[in-house]
Amino acid sequence: MSTLELEQVSRWYGNVVAVNDVTMRLDPGVTGLLGPNGAGKSTLIHMMAGFLGPSAGTVTLDGRALIRDPEIYRDIGLVPEREEMYDTVSGWAFVLANAKLHKLADPEAAARRAIDIVEMADVQERDIRTYSKGMKQRIKMATAIVHDPTVLLLDEPFNGMDPRQRLHLMDLLHRLGDEGRTILFSSHILEEVEQIAGRIEVMVAGRHAASGDFREIRRLMTQRPHQYTIRSDDDRALASAVMADPSTAGVELIPAGDGSSLHVQATDFAAFTHALPAVATRHGIRLLEVRPADESLESVFSYLVTR
Amino acid sequence: MTNLMTLRPLNGTVAQLTARSLLGRKRTVLLSLLPLALLALCALARILGSLDPGIADELQGPLAADLLGAFGIAIMMPLLGLIAGTGSIGPEIDEGSIVYLLAKPLNRYSIVVTKLVVAIGVVIAFGAVPVFVAGVVLTGEVGSVAIAYAVGALAAGVAYSAVFLMLAVITRNAVVVGLIYALIWESLVGGLVPGAQALSIQQWATAVLKQVFGDGAYSLGIGAAVEFTTGLVALIVVTLAATGYAGRRLQTLRLNDDS
Repeated sequence: MSTLELEQVSRWYGNVVAVNDVTMRLDPGVTGLLGPNGAGKSTLIHMMAGFLGPSAGTVTLDGRALIRDPEIYRDIGLVPEREEMYDTVSGWAFVLANAKLHKLADPEAAARRAIDIVEMADVQERDIRTYSKGMKQRIKMATAIVHDPTVLLLDEPFNGMDPRQRLHLMDLLHRLGDEGRTILFSSHILEEVEQIAGRIEVMVAGRHAASGDFREIRRLMTQRPHQYTIRSDDDRALASAVMADPSTAGVELIPAGDGSSLHVQATDFAAFTHALPAVATRHGIRLLEVRPADESLESVFSYLVTR
Repeated sequence: MTNLMTLRPLNGTVAQLTARSLLGRKRTVLLSLLPLALLALCALARILGSLDPGIADELQGPLAADLLGAFGIAIMMPLLGLIAGTGSIGPEIDEGSIVYLLAKPLNRYSIVVTKLVVAIGVVIAFGAVPVFVAGVVLTGEVGSVAIAYAVGALAAGVAYSAVFLMLAVITRNAVVVGLIYALIWESLVGGLVPGAQALSIQQWATAVLKQVFGDGAYSLGIGAAVEFTTGLVALIVVTLAATGYAGRRLQTLRLNDDS
């Protein structure tokens, strides 16, 4: 059982601040590190993996500083984001080489076990360059768990995986987490994190935007003000009807060509999406189109930061 | 420096992985071109020597030394050192696959020393050995020309490999910087500015091979810009310093990431 702690960690490159004053604690179990591209997730993972020293603050594993200490890799397994491996060797040879580099007592047995866990035994003799993206991801996973680490860090592990491979990896992470390992994986896709992580940490623009139970963060994300573009067979009547409902903060009627559309500012995502169909039915208005106007991931994350 | 003292210097798995990526098909072809050109040139000179007694006399005299010095030591060894030195670690750093070595409980100096040993093996196989064979082909005997130039090639190859390996750790443009050093500094500036020759791996290696030759060196017109002791010490210091610095830089190597 291991605990990874970041205490007021910042990392900057020249004038660019990649990670800004982040404090977090990773306990055994699966934690998702969620954030849009460029949020500082990889920088954070590199610091947790001991490759990068923080410009300020401390990163520790069970109280030990991580930087400049290769011995920490007895406890840490890393699945890097980049795909490149030693392409001219077979999957088996590569996982075995990783086991030997860890100086394990029985590298063959460890490599066999890791390859079995990721279900790559059938194709282990093929050169890595012949593998699909998903297969490469699984061999990367095998190299990270070959020494049975207590901490597993995965940088965007689901990139390029098909749905079946995703399910398999999700299942594997669940299992490894249930065994008491401290697992952190990064992703920019909300649904991925939702399905595996009991706890999530949200990074936006280098800052630690939110932290906690997934349901809590989901609530924060869905209960933020939302904007919708709506078309109906009677926009004026709908405008006054939704304005009377407490879930609506403002309505704008926008003329467009031969018709018009409504721009609605909702106060609460869940309440508005429930109220709108009921309001329309009550007033005999037909809804032609309901489209969220600001659903990009960045806007969701930005909301969390500005709260 | 304590890390250096407690170092178990070589790691067989690192050596295997390095050799496999260093001796990929394309790079092996590239590495073979220079020694093949040298051997072809020497074989041609020998054939001409068998036709013309004047050339045969020259081959026993300064011509062999000139050929091995100008092509073997001045051109082939820096280029081989550049390919082997940067190739033993540069591609892994560029691609990011070095992370599989760095995320291991391995001493960083041991990674560098192992890679250097593999690179030296390559410059011996593709550099020093062909120079020796070329010397035998030119002179028709296993004599002082073949031995001295092979030793000189080895000395130069070791230092070039260490310096270019270090360059590959500290800069993504190691090949360009290496070429500038080998071609512009050693050949051009060294040829025009006598002082610059004192800071030249080529000259240090020439001082070593001159010493191996002994008195015969003068009659063949072999000259080095530095004395033997200076050259040997400079080669050792540069090799050790470059290796030590590369190991140090590898401890906090900033990995490329896509984000």
